[in-house]
Amino acid sequence: MSALRVETSEELESLEDFRQRARSFVQTNLRRVTPEELRWERNNNDDEAELATVARDREIQRMLFDADLAGICFPREYGGQGLSHEHQKVLNEEFAGYEYPLRVQIPTLSPCAAVILEFGTEEQKLRHLPAILKGEELWMQFLSEPSGGSDVAGALTTAVRDGEQWILNGSKVWTSGAWWSDWGLCLARTNWDQPKHRGLTVFMLPIHQPNVEVHRIEMNNGSREFCQEFMTDVIVPDTDRVGGVDEGWTVGTRWMFHERMLYNSSLVTEPVGLAHGSQDAKIVYDIARAHGRLDDATARDHIGEARVLELVVNQLAGRVGEGVRTGRMSDQAAGLVRLFKGTSVSRVVTLAFNVAGASGAAWTEGDTAAMSAINFLMRQAGSIGGGTTEMARNVISERVLGMPRERRLDKDVPFRDVPRSPSTK
Amino acid sequence: MLLNLSEDQQFFRDTTDRFLTEQVPPDTLRQLRHDPAGYDSAYWRRGAELGWTSLLVSEAHGGGTISDAGLVDAGLVAYEFGRHAAPGPLAVVNVVAAALSEHDAAPDVLAGVLSGESVATWCAPPFGSLRWEPTVEASRSGNDLVLRGEVAIVESAGQADHLLVTCRDQGGTGVTQVLVPATTPGVTTAPMHTVDLTRRFGIVTFDEVTVPASAMVGLAGEAALQVHRQFEQLIVLLNAESVGAMQAAFDMTVEWAFDRYSFGRPLASYQALKHRFADMYMWLQSSHATSDASCAAVAAGDAGAAELVSAAKAYIGEYGAELVQDCTQMHGGIGVTFEHDLHLFLRRVTVNRALAGTPEEHHQRITAFIDAREREGAAA
Repeated sequence: MSALRVETSEELESLEDFRQRARSFVQTNLRRVTPEELRWERNNNDDEAELATVARDREIQRMLFDADLAGICFPREYGGQGLSHEHQKVLNEEFAGYEYPLRVQIPTLSPCAAVILEFGTEEQKLRHLPAILKGEELWMQFLSEPSGGSDVAGALTTAVRDGEQWILNGSKVWTSGAWWSDWGLCLARTNWDQPKHRGLTVFMLPIHQPNVEVHRIEMNNGSREFCQEFMTDVIVPDTDRVGGVDEGWTVGTRWMFHERMLYNSSLVTEPVGLAHGSQDAKIVYDIARAHGRLDDATARDHIGEARVLELVVNQLAGRVGEGVRTGRMSDQAAGLVRLFKGTSVSRVVTLAFNVAGASGAAWTEGDTAAMSAINFLMRQAGSIGGGTTEMARNVISERVLGMPRERRLDKDVPFRDVPRSPSTK
Repeated sequence: MLLNLSEDQQFFRDTTDRFLTEQVPPDTLRQLRHDPAGYDSAYWRRGAELGWTSLLVSEAHGGGTISDAGLVDAGLVAYEFGRHAAPGPLAVVNVVAAALSEHDAAPDVLAGVLSGESVATWCAPPFGSLRWEPTVEASRSGNDLVLRGEVAIVESAGQADHLLVTCRDQGGTGVTQVLVPATTPGVTTAPMHTVDLTRRFGIVTFDEVTVPASAMVGLAGEAALQVHRQFEQLIVLLNAESVGAMQAAFDMTVEWAFDRYSFGRPLASYQALKHRFADMYMWLQSSHATSDASCAAVAAGDAGAAELVSAAKAYIGEYGAELVQDCTQMHGGIGVTFEHDLHLFLRRVTVNRALAGTPEEHHQRITAFIDAREREGAAA
């Protein structure tokens, strides 16, 4: 630890000092990147390039750790800085226009590290949080299953106790980048005789082991980022259980909360201006420019609308974040941001495709319009991943506005008696 | 509206809320629909005593703020105006008072406006298209200015004692603002029609209207920038008002969804309707957030304020109206009757959607900001 870390938690480093420190680190160590480069990096499907990027992200994270800039809002005893949300915002500003360790952020720092911080034992926290903050451990959420995406509490992956260890069997899906990640945070069913939410337990397990098979899924846009894992008799020591036995949904509720809050999380770094979604209008603009439509009133209307959506979502995320932090809004209000993101991404992808005109149907190599057609194929992904927008609408209407909940057949009956898709029986 | 108000702001807001609840309940608003002014002058004076007209005016000129940001405080009043669909030329009066205070112009007129004894309105063509330009021409004649032209859609034109007229300079591109008493020979106003029950708009004609050069507010030919600032203040206040109207309509409709039974169930129990409420609530909270942020940005003079103001106007224009239309749909037949209160709010957001730039016009304006950034980027 450097000499910088002498102040007590009551006397946080001033924002100005912090800014200077962050700025000097960023300018000395990091490469400037344009939004176009970042966009390309996020969309490239080349494995070798992907692995190189992951390695670079780990390296940057280690440099941040050594410079006392990793884990701004994580406690110091676990390798973090013990600073405030305001400090994290400053870091986001100072990172603007530079490379940053994108693949260390989501889901490693949040929800995974956030869940470990909240529910882990002291030993678990000491073992994993510093390693995460050093870029040594990248985590995945072993959450969704092929049998049901939004209904995560309906997990069928089963953990059976065997003395001081558990034996896990089942399959998880939609882990983005599991093939280059290290650990999985896994929600499993430990009691089939209890109602759905009362028979779950959370575990952590290394991904790269003989009994975990990682398959890569090809998406309709050619991406092979998402994976599916098959677990066969995976042994997990009881010391790698997170939270109480059959109390997995207590953990799960907070886990879901962190997932919905990702767009305004104190635990995640998102450079201002490079944040996901903040390049929406620029994409539409670039397509219009490339196709000579910058003087077309319809194209200009579309560009402006895309920009409105990206400006508004930032304000909404800020308001909900503040509301939740100050207790003026329920945790569940995070669903508002999720719903906005899902619907606005769909809209912006459509706007871009419109502006591309016929070039969205067929293009030559290097044409910016190509992405608009491919993105259009994947348009709904933003309304599906991380819980569908329909789920978000249920949460908002029922949990925020207090409207009557949907009738459910999975309540107060043993989970084994809950009707489910015939194919999963 | 801001999530976290100071105690003083809370008190200030509550005072206006109570006053409006008592003075202008929906039945009163319905009765005012045939009133030429749309509001009672005693009501306006009492509102002025509560601080409605003084928030954008410096202390030296008799004004003052609750927080340090007068526009944010004025936004609280505008929000309550929306929530009550209240009468009175709130936005335009505040914009003119701010201009007079800033330019140290016409202290007597300003004092009258502050006390609510008189009304001054903002007389410029509605902002919207990028090709916006003043429709009144000013020419020099010795120590006087002579104005010719016509301005339509001037709020409370017929009730105003003074008009802050935005003019283009004859034979040039300069913009000049002049404060003109409504009784000046050659000034005539004609009422227009609108859907709001209590707001009034008019056409003001300037037929060889002669005013002394001392009537200028700001510098001759150099008022373009101040006019833009005034536009932004005006939009911010209209937005805050629309958000208040959205909130009122939404609250009323949520209550209705719980109370109204169909097929043996409350409307609030139908998933198809619950999902629409979720969308509406998202639009509402997004509108609050963007309205507040743009208001604070203009108050602080932030670099990105102009773009944020346009984004707020475009979003609230579009989704404010959508929200109240959806609330109407949720009510069914009763929602489109005059007897029900919902239309009071629909009227407010409808007029505000069209005023000071439609969503489409603000999209165009925002794209022009992106053009400018791209040019800067290319030049750098």
